[in-house]
Amino acid sequence: MSGERPAEGGRAAPEGLGLENRALLERFQAGKKMGLARAISLVENEHPGFQAFLHAVLTTPRFGNRVGLTGPPGAGKSTLVAALSRAYRERGEEVAVVAVDPTSPYSGGALLGDRIRMNDLTTDAGIFIRSMASRGSLGGLATTTKEVLDLMDAFGFPWVLVETVGVGQTELEITGAADTVVVILVPESGDAIQAMKAGLMEIADIFVVNKADRPGADRLVKDLQLAIHLKEGSALRDVPAHHGVDLRRVGVLASARARSTKGDEPEGWEIPVLKTVAQTGEGVPALMEAVARHRSFLEATGGLEERRKARAAGRVRDVVQRELRRAAWSSHKVQQILEAGVDDIAAASETPYSLAEEILVALLGPGWRRPGVTGDGGGA
Amino acid sequence: MPEGDRKIRVLVAKPGLDGHDRGAKVIASAFRDAGFEVIYTGLHQTPEMIVSAAVQEDVDVVAMSVLSGAHMTLFPRVMELLEEAGAEDVLLTGGGIIPEEDMRALQERGVGRLFGPGTATREAVAYIKEWAAGRRERGG
Repeated sequence: MSGERPAEGGRAAPEGLGLENRALLERFQAGKKMGLARAISLVENEHPGFQAFLHAVLTTPRFGNRVGLTGPPGAGKSTLVAALSRAYRERGEEVAVVAVDPTSPYSGGALLGDRIRMNDLTTDAGIFIRSMASRGSLGGLATTTKEVLDLMDAFGFPWVLVETVGVGQTELEITGAADTVVVILVPESGDAIQAMKAGLMEIADIFVVNKADRPGADRLVKDLQLAIHLKEGSALRDVPAHHGVDLRRVGVLASARARSTKGDEPEGWEIPVLKTVAQTGEGVPALMEAVARHRSFLEATGGLEERRKARAAGRVRDVVQRELRRAAWSSHKVQQILEAGVDDIAAASETPYSLAEEILVALLGPGWRRPGVTGDGGGA
Repeated sequence: MPEGDRKIRVLVAKPGLDGHDRGAKVIASAFRDAGFEVIYTGLHQTPEMIVSAAVQEDVDVVAMSVLSGAHMTLFPRVMELLEEAGAEDVLLTGGGIIPEEDMRALQERGVGRLFGPGTATREAVAYIKEWAAGRRERGG
């Protein structure tokens, strides 16, 4: 670490870590739970100096296992997270959990109820659970969830589990946050077509059909397996064709199969479809095994490195975007241009585009030009 | 986007063995509608569970609903554990069937305002907002 850097954008903290954050860092590094809890608040609220704090913490690399659990509301995410945590604790491993629930767009408030399913874990010293409100973020995580995972990782938890908001079809931000993504569905989730269209197909490393003691579970497992094979191009591998013509018998698929099983190591990751009953813990050992297997697979194939690099790049992009936004809207000059210009827009002598351009030039200097615009454009 | 503007985080907890959580649920919803972030832990919490959750969640306020008559043990115990955990800056408040003299006695021991049956939820909301604003002024 090369000393502290000034906290960009931290208005009240001109240089690096203030006294208060320095004391917090000490408590954090001493392994005090309260230190972690307050550090999370610092980051979650983007209080002055949070960037410098993260910088100080993250310059020591730690690579815990980050497992994301996602799925529709009521799929049993919290219960499964609790069951998984319990199982890791039985092996003596410490677990940190982040559970994200939605913020009301109307009141800005949130009811965070995931702890209800984890009550027995609350007083276990080897477990740390934090609830986060999504605070307007739409990707299934809160804006700062990834940073909070970093903090937990840096604190030294070997397992960091993150549970998303109950997702529908577009909240797929979890892929940028976890090494292994577990998608949880229930027999009531509908058929696998729902999962395919939901984009959940693309993000799952492991599928779990929870509440598997209910009717329809086996059907969903089969559907999911078929959908996975369709994606992998190996569908119908073991399925007899219609009208009783078994292609296997005619040898049509033999060559294809020989190709796919060539070598000892499988080329790609075959997404397992597991059945669990989170409430009783049934199927949880198999899920743990699959998570471990996926991790080994990622390590063996360099995928882990790749995911982490992609994650790092994404994070840099996030930070730049956030700081740009902050810089833009906290700039006095920008406010002036905006206030002076809206009347002109109403009078149609300016447009949102011309005004935005003026603002961007003010922010980025006279040399700035909208990408893709060559020459003098000759526009309006 | 009001950055750096800290949301008020409240733990709503129901300690003890009685199963009457309607009050806790009503107050949790009211707090959410007031823009608070409410961590709801459900029934049958021990003081240890409540404080442990309060620390991990770094809440500003712990609001307990006590209908069992055990308030004279539960509130002081939670108070004590909060102090032990270094979370003495957390406001401990609550409600339930608590005689006024007990309310006064608890407040003398550092517990915040306590609300009896029939309290309008906005009263509790206003109290917490006021407390938070006061703390911000004090630089907390």
